[in-house]
Amino acid sequence: MDISIINAIWVMAAIGGAAAVILYFVAQKFKVIEDPKIDIVDEALPGANCGGCGFAGCRAFAEGLVKAGTMEGFFCPVGGNDLMKGLAPILGLEAEEKKPQIAVLRCNGSIKNSIPKFDYDGDQTCSFTTNLTAGTGGCSFGCLGGGECVDACDFDAMYMDPETNLPVVKENCIACGACVAACPRDILELRNRGPKEKRIFVSCVNEEKGPLAKLNCSVACIGCKACVKVCNFDAVHVNNFLAYIDYDKCTLCRKCVEVCPTDAIHEIHFKPRKPKPPKDETKVKAKVEKKVEAKTEVKVEAKAEAKVEAEAKVEAEAKTEGDNK
Amino acid sequence: MGLLTFKIGGIHPPENKMSASAAIEEFAIPKQAVVPLAQHLGVPAKVQVKRGEMVKVGQLLAKGEAFISADIHSPVSGKVFKIEPRVDSTGFRKESVVINVEGDEWLENIDRSDDLVKEIKLSESEIVKRIHEMGIVGMGGATFPSHVKYMVPQGKTVDYLIINGVECEPYLTSDHRIMLEKGEEMLIGVSIMMKALKTDKAIIGIENNKPDAIANLEKLAANYPGISIKPLKVQYPQGGEKQLIDALIRQVPSGKLPIEVGCVVNNVGTAYAIYEAVQKNKPLIERVVTVTGKPVGKPSNYKVRIGTPITELIEKSDCSMDATGKIINGGPMMGKALVTLDAPVTKGTSGILLIENEKAKRVPIMNCIRCGKCTTVCPMGLEPHLLSIIARQGENEQCEDERIMDCIECGSCVYTCPSGRPLLDNIRLGKSNVGFMIRNRSKK
Repeated sequence: MDISIINAIWVMAAIGGAAAVILYFVAQKFKVIEDPKIDIVDEALPGANCGGCGFAGCRAFAEGLVKAGTMEGFFCPVGGNDLMKGLAPILGLEAEEKKPQIAVLRCNGSIKNSIPKFDYDGDQTCSFTTNLTAGTGGCSFGCLGGGECVDACDFDAMYMDPETNLPVVKENCIACGACVAACPRDILELRNRGPKEKRIFVSCVNEEKGPLAKLNCSVACIGCKACVKVCNFDAVHVNNFLAYIDYDKCTLCRKCVEVCPTDAIHEIHFKPRKPKPPKDETKVKAKVEKKVEAKTEVKVEAKAEAKVEAEAKVEAEAKTEGDNK
Repeated sequence: MGLLTFKIGGIHPPENKMSASAAIEEFAIPKQAVVPLAQHLGVPAKVQVKRGEMVKVGQLLAKGEAFISADIHSPVSGKVFKIEPRVDSTGFRKESVVINVEGDEWLENIDRSDDLVKEIKLSESEIVKRIHEMGIVGMGGATFPSHVKYMVPQGKTVDYLIINGVECEPYLTSDHRIMLEKGEEMLIGVSIMMKALKTDKAIIGIENNKPDAIANLEKLAANYPGISIKPLKVQYPQGGEKQLIDALIRQVPSGKLPIEVGCVVNNVGTAYAIYEAVQKNKPLIERVVTVTGKPVGKPSNYKVRIGTPITELIEKSDCSMDATGKIINGGPMMGKALVTLDAPVTKGTSGILLIENEKAKRVPIMNCIRCGKCTTVCPMGLEPHLLSIIARQGENEQCEDERIMDCIECGSCVYTCPSGRPLLDNIRLGKSNVGFMIRNRSKK
């Protein structure tokens, strides 16, 4: 073999070896030391990268959670309470129990309730339309039916109902909040799912005075406060002619639903109410007659008294006259 | 020698000036006037009258208290019936004063005669004060409170007063008729404005499709030294403030106001309103409105009291409602479709345009073919195809860098797009998001 080939081989080997040594030391100096818990937590997470937790993806959530040293304020809506309970032993911490929530559309301005007053032929995206027009029904607070919320949903939990032109939230909603952020009119809200999925909410966000609100929609909240008067749990309040039910205080007694004059308050997944027993007709008639009798008696008495008083007056006057004469 | 024009972009839609020969007709006073409190750019005025109060024509109804705001005066005499939100031409409910009309009694100090008053008795500051008190706003349609333009900032001087007699929107002819019928009044108004701005030079720019107006004003302007009349090439949007200055003087730098190049621009209608305000003590209570379009049997130019329901204008113009698919407040390029005909005429209502059924709906939207026509025609030198995409995607910082706020919303890009794409809709969405971002930035 030629000496030049052997020279070439051992020169290359020496360069390679030097590079290896330099790289080894550089790698040691710039090594990123990561807590191994981050990898374990990341494995356990659903990997949807939906942003519902408020972080930029599942890896970022894992990093934030491990670094924080507490589970307070950390919640993955996709995995829910079960996932958080499972993560607790990995971190040696206590998991927060959160009430499961769901996105709720607080508007019932369907085509039937909020009748379109003109044709709209423009761009259908809600965030554009809300600046251009109040909406074909005329209400500048209600749902435009453009479906930007449905497009924003990553979990296939929403669809547009063609009959009403309103979006529908399905039961598989994990309350990530993407639709809430997408709605330019803040109509969607994350609310507690409720025991056995029972929930009550005011299905209106219109803040105009009652008669104006009703001009555009027959099921609008008119701010009459009938619900406030009947609630024993301080759960419903009216601000700017609009009622709002606090889902933490509400006990689902349904008194407000019964008393609302425009059917603006909705109850979901309740058993239908028992129909009240039919009133006994004869008993009712007797009761009414008795009342009328009592009233007329009082009237007659009053008249008689008045007559007596009047006669007494006349006598008295005659007497004084007689005296004076 | 070629006619003057702006240097970048532009289109030439069909002019359709079918109402150009209709002389201004005095329109009947309505039975009920609906006067919105927000008829101008800026903060809505604050109401000063109460329910049940009797008002006369010219009486103050609402005061504009913020810096960018304007006063509103009663266009009719009668009793204030209600003060409540009513749907106006923007399609939204706005607080309005509703007056049940009784007779036509005016305030005593208003001069109602037609006599020409040439002598300008007020001083510069008195003129600006009178413009403010009489509720004068830009009559071209933008309704910018005029007195703000006359408060020249410290250190800046006005070399030229530019009067916008261009009326580049197809169909509209109210400015054309004012130049023909009220030409000398308008020139006196220009002299008043020159005095207020302390300049001796004014240029009136008129598009070349109005030769009778140009001839009339050239004849009258012989008696008004300092006022010159310049015909301009017929191109849309020549009537845009920045395009007009570019044609007559030079280009205004991006994001700056006309005062940067020593100019103030006002519409011919505003000049006429200022003549009436200063010489006749008359506040802004009526304006010329063009009613036009193919379904209109009698295209007209009416002098209408503010607050008149638009439905009355249409009834008097022999319109075929069956043939009508859409009714626009303004012109076909920058106007807005009405949602109700009960909407009232306001200070910015330059015209009511009826569009026939065949042209009322949008064309089907197809994919962008990267032809670049939108970029060629944009008069502000922007790239509408790019702005449309990044605005839709929510890339607000990039939109700002690409000068989306320079867009004057003229609609030239949408007009030329062969795929019928909603370019201006997306750009408007982007402008509103970027505007929000800029305002939040200055708050921090």
